[in-house]
Amino acid sequence: MSAVTPPAVPPVEERDRRDGKVGTVVREIMSGSVVLSIAAILLSFVIGGILIAASDEDVQETAGYFFARPGDMLGAILDAVGGAYGALLRGAVFNPRGDNLGEMLGPISETLVYATPLVAAGLGVAVAFRAGLFNIGGTGQIVAGAAAAGWVGFAVDLPPVLHVIVALVAGILGAAVWAGIVGILKARTGAHEVILTIMLNYIALRLFDYLLTTPVLQQPGTVNPISPPVSGDAMFPSIVGRLHWGFVAMLLAVFAIWWLFAKSNLGFKIRAVGLSPSAARTAGINVGIIYVVTFAIAGGLMGIAGSAQILGTERTLTGGIAGSIGFDAITVALLGRSKPFGVLAAGILFGALRAGSRTMQASEGVPVDIVLVVQSFIVLFLAAPPLVRAIFRLPAPGSRATAILSRSKGAKA
Amino acid sequence: MQLELRGITKRFGGFTANDAIDVVVEPGQIHALLGENGAGKSTLMNVLYGLYRAEEGAILLDGVEQHFSGPGDAMRAGIGMVHQHFMLVPVFTVAENVMLGHEPTKGAGVLDLETARARVREISARFGFDLDPDARIEDLPVGVQQRVEIVKALSRDAKVLVFDEPTAVLTPQETDELIGIMRQLKEQGTSIVFISHKLREVRAVADVITVIRRGKVVGSAEPTASSQELASLMVGRAVELTVQKQTAKPGDVALSIRGLSARNEQGTVTLDGVDLDIHRGEILAIAGVQGNGQTELANAIIGLLGGLEGSISLEGRELIGRSVKQVLDAGVGFVPEDRSHDGIVKEFTIAENLILDRSDREPFASGLSLKLGTVREFAEQKSREYDVRSQGIETKVGRLSGGNQQKVVLARELSRPLKLFIASQPTRGLDVGSIQFVHEQIVATRDAGVPVLIVSTELDEVVALADRIAVMYQGRIVDVVAPDTSRERLGSLMAGVVA
Repeated sequence: MSAVTPPAVPPVEERDRRDGKVGTVVREIMSGSVVLSIAAILLSFVIGGILIAASDEDVQETAGYFFARPGDMLGAILDAVGGAYGALLRGAVFNPRGDNLGEMLGPISETLVYATPLVAAGLGVAVAFRAGLFNIGGTGQIVAGAAAAGWVGFAVDLPPVLHVIVALVAGILGAAVWAGIVGILKARTGAHEVILTIMLNYIALRLFDYLLTTPVLQQPGTVNPISPPVSGDAMFPSIVGRLHWGFVAMLLAVFAIWWLFAKSNLGFKIRAVGLSPSAARTAGINVGIIYVVTFAIAGGLMGIAGSAQILGTERTLTGGIAGSIGFDAITVALLGRSKPFGVLAAGILFGALRAGSRTMQASEGVPVDIVLVVQSFIVLFLAAPPLVRAIFRLPAPGSRATAILSRSKGAKA
Repeated sequence: MQLELRGITKRFGGFTANDAIDVVVEPGQIHALLGENGAGKSTLMNVLYGLYRAEEGAILLDGVEQHFSGPGDAMRAGIGMVHQHFMLVPVFTVAENVMLGHEPTKGAGVLDLETARARVREISARFGFDLDPDARIEDLPVGVQQRVEIVKALSRDAKVLVFDEPTAVLTPQETDELIGIMRQLKEQGTSIVFISHKLREVRAVADVITVIRRGKVVGSAEPTASSQELASLMVGRAVELTVQKQTAKPGDVALSIRGLSARNEQGTVTLDGVDLDIHRGEILAIAGVQGNGQTELANAIIGLLGGLEGSISLEGRELIGRSVKQVLDAGVGFVPEDRSHDGIVKEFTIAENLILDRSDREPFASGLSLKLGTVREFAEQKSREYDVRSQGIETKVGRLSGGNQQKVVLARELSRPLKLFIASQPTRGLDVGSIQFVHEQIVATRDAGVPVLIVSTELDEVVALADRIAVMYQGRIVDVVAPDTSRERLGSLMAGVVA
């Protein structure tokens, strides 16, 4: 007789911990519910409202005699917050004060203009997230993409339709190559992609600044670091008003990424590597190649963002071409749970905030920065789901499911 | 000190891990808590140690109710814990580890290492441990590290010592020594709670055995109870403890390993000139204490380990230098030892896990796109064939029991045409029913003429499955013996003693 007793359970939690805290946090954010995202957005607007009220002069004045006439202060708060958020909505969605339909719908097209690079760049972050990678290198990749697209736009002569297409492809490739460097270095040397992307941001920006002072990119006859304008037929044609065909390119990218993860074996492998590099490696998936390919795809998406900037709105390359899109993209990807349509929705929301904040400042005198604060709070709440759940008294995610999990693992017993 | 756990109930969400458990440990008694993995033993001890708070019930020491809000409280009350995974800082010395958490100082925050050293020497002398207070933990063998844990608990005047699966990492000899230590502690009046699922050890050392199943106390037994009686209490039904198999009909040598050597990242030799032949139609099992090169051997064959010397040839084809994919394509099936980490993607569905190794080839892929219909059919078929119990193929594998997870891994690895099958710790953490299923599959694979390499730290499993046993110690194959070799001899070999 030989007694066969079940051996010890492997130290599951210990090994999970070894996989890195960053990955766990991202995975947690990605697996959160839509309800949680909406709750985070609402909370952030409430806090934004409080800040608007607190900095409003009328509110401050009425607060002085709050106990005598509390109604005054409440009214002032309502005025301030309602006015600000009303203006935000007018500037972002629909302007009832417009003279014709075009003017009335102008704000929504403005929102989409802002959203275009944000969504594309958000996808660039999201794709990397799915592979378990942090792409902080949006800025550098957008610059690389914009420079390549811009250069084709002003330095190369091509027939009308072809020109814009080639410029866009150049933008995508330029950024993909720049991001691909990160993937290669990570796969070959094991260097951490966060450090690599951050450093490559500086390198890209400074290199770009330098090229803007050389004949490669600099406009002839000027001492300013500015490129010649992109030729007219390399610009994205207008759809309506300022809204250009870059928006359509972005939508195509959203669908492509959806297909990648829902229907393709490459997306399958990227997800497997993202969720468990060790299991993927053991199953014969070449994790290094997946890192390189993922970064190239992420870069390509950043290239669409960069192209939307230079070929859609900016027309000339300047040091500020990437703006803060590379970093806002991280927020967009997190809010969109790294799902293609989630990123689309999140990008449009952020585009709306951007578009509306101008009207808000112009008509109500509320500083644009309030929008930044709201954005930051959204991320903060997303990163702290228990906090949001506590405030809204939402149930913990799958409390039943967690129980099944701990039972099947047997690790807790 | 008398310890009483009265009506302890601990729930995780809707899952009751401990259900009104009553246990009384008398002073100077060795009380064994016996149960399968997942039965709720460790949860109960974590409640006792203040790591979890029980929903109901009370902890009493000498009849006085205690309220622990953390391990600190439990330690102050006289409860010490020797964890399964040692809670030691590897780069600290023995003395530093022992004083960690209640460091003696000479005032003004200056550490008084001398006092700590003296304390280690004193306790170690009392039990004949022979511990050097200045030795670094990482330089010590596992058995000695465990003694450091014991000294650590005793240095805090523990009156009740809890051993959580203490023998999982020990050789048979070290286990015997530990049993001696436990007896000695008991003579000096320490109460001991001994958590284990190993029947033999429990019967050897316990005064009283409490059997826990599915979070409930299902009975207590005298140490004189037979293994069969205890086993059926543990799993709730009579169990078949042997593996049914015919005599092997070994064919030609299929896998031939010569002079295989490897070093880890720290430069330590992990494989040291391994020579091994495996024939078609035989099960060769590697026995040995965890960490003696078994993991590295399996990883070397599969292509997960770089920097190898020597040769691994499968039917005349050299495997060293090939990628994992190439090795799998050469006809190697592999069940990794750490299933949840290397074998499955927990967040993936059953269907997705089943095609993890072949998502980009026929019949599942055409170009870049995945034929989801084919994937589904394949998953349905394999789930039926391997009796994967779930709510369907779209169930996330992380939600399955360990046994069903392992069935998914087996289904995937056995559904390629195989020239070699490697299974590391194939039944680790599984329930008895699943163990039987897995063993049947392994034997069936052998009977189909495939050479099978089993790596297991469970001697019982090795003996039950193997046609030949190769014993590994410090990266070397110490000897290859028949499965009817005595346990004493196997034990000596596992400790590197070649007699």
